[in-house]
Amino acid sequence: MKIVHYINQFYAGYGGEEKADLKPEKRDGAVGPGMALSAAIGGIGTVVGTVVCGDSYFNENIDAVAPEVLEMISSFAPDIVVVGPAFNAGRYGMACGAVAKAVDEKLGIPVVGGLYEENPGLDIYKRHGYFVSTGNSAATMRKAIPDMAAIVKKIIAGEEITEGFYEKGLRKNYFAKTRGSKRAVEMLLKKIAGDDFVTEYPMPVFDRVAPGPTIKDMTTARIALVSSGGPVPKGNPDRIESSSASKYGKYSLTGISDFTPDNGETAHGGYDPVYANQDLDRVLPVDVLKEMVANGEIGSLHDYWYSTVGNGTSVANSKKFATAIAQELLGDNVSCVILTST
Amino acid sequence: MVKEIERHGITVVHMCTVVPISLTVGANRILPTVAIPYPLGDPSLAPAEEKELRRKLVKKALDALCTDVEGQTVF
Repeated sequence: MKIVHYINQFYAGYGGEEKADLKPEKRDGAVGPGMALSAAIGGIGTVVGTVVCGDSYFNENIDAVAPEVLEMISSFAPDIVVVGPAFNAGRYGMACGAVAKAVDEKLGIPVVGGLYEENPGLDIYKRHGYFVSTGNSAATMRKAIPDMAAIVKKIIAGEEITEGFYEKGLRKNYFAKTRGSKRAVEMLLKKIAGDDFVTEYPMPVFDRVAPGPTIKDMTTARIALVSSGGPVPKGNPDRIESSSASKYGKYSLTGISDFTPDNGETAHGGYDPVYANQDLDRVLPVDVLKEMVANGEIGSLHDYWYSTVGNGTSVANSKKFATAIAQELLGDNVSCVILTST
Repeated sequence: MVKEIERHGITVVHMCTVVPISLTVGANRILPTVAIPYPLGDPSLAPAEEKELRRKLVKKALDALCTDVEGQTVF
């Protein structure tokens, strides 16, 4: 059986964020984690080729890159495609998911991947492959590879795969022993009696928030700046972590009308910091906002900006930060926020 | 974060490059930006042109805040 592996620039050995703009390319045989994968699969399958793409390049050009990567993958005529594992790396997870979708829809062959449960790529793309649950960082590679290899081996053996991956959310037909009306009444009786029962159709949980009120007049509105791109004063005084942030920072805008290499930088470790460190206005548009306030296009600007690093930061922490930030903003009568993400 | 701030009744416009992530996290007003390492700039432009690009994007973001939306909207 022929396997093709999709990985990013880091796992292909090119480098980190400074190489995240790498264009797609293909190589014969296994590269990086593909070697361990190949070993774990054993003699029954071979990694015949590896396709590599930079995470930023993929995500910024997703519509054009996905078909290009698919073309490279199909040139090896694989039976199975493996993506990642991407752990909790957001852009890498999105790329792995988009590759899984393209392979699933266009080639119709099985895809196996590995993602952390909070990776944004999981919810969007889980129906397109067997994604095993991994830890949130590459430190858990040793567990992820055997888990992924186990699914690959089952596919090769033609076995039914019933566990070891995130539910795809697809419906499967089967013949039940008793008819629906009887099962429904039995479930209802259990519910009335206060007994445990298992629904046959779990309702999806949507945690949506309705859009905030439309701003009627920007020339009287009070606006604030928040960012998950890690913009901080030069020197990162609160030492916000470059990934998996445990805190956010609150920084005064007084006296800053324009960012320069001397007064601002990014603490974010998930993208190439060169451009943000040269001019932080590229992440937090303070220069134009101050001008817009001065010439009356905007009523006023809240005196502080709030910043954290979104890279690998848990949903629970993000909620906690945002709730605290919202309280501060409400206390200062802020009606609207520009939130920038990288 | 977008969602949690908006939950408190403050209107948020999310300026970001990877729109699918923004849709997943539940942003309602989404404004696509330039690139991941420089959402509100473009180092290949002259400084004045780059600032003009940033001004246009911010203006669009302000317009989005002033626009009625029913649900998630990409501007």
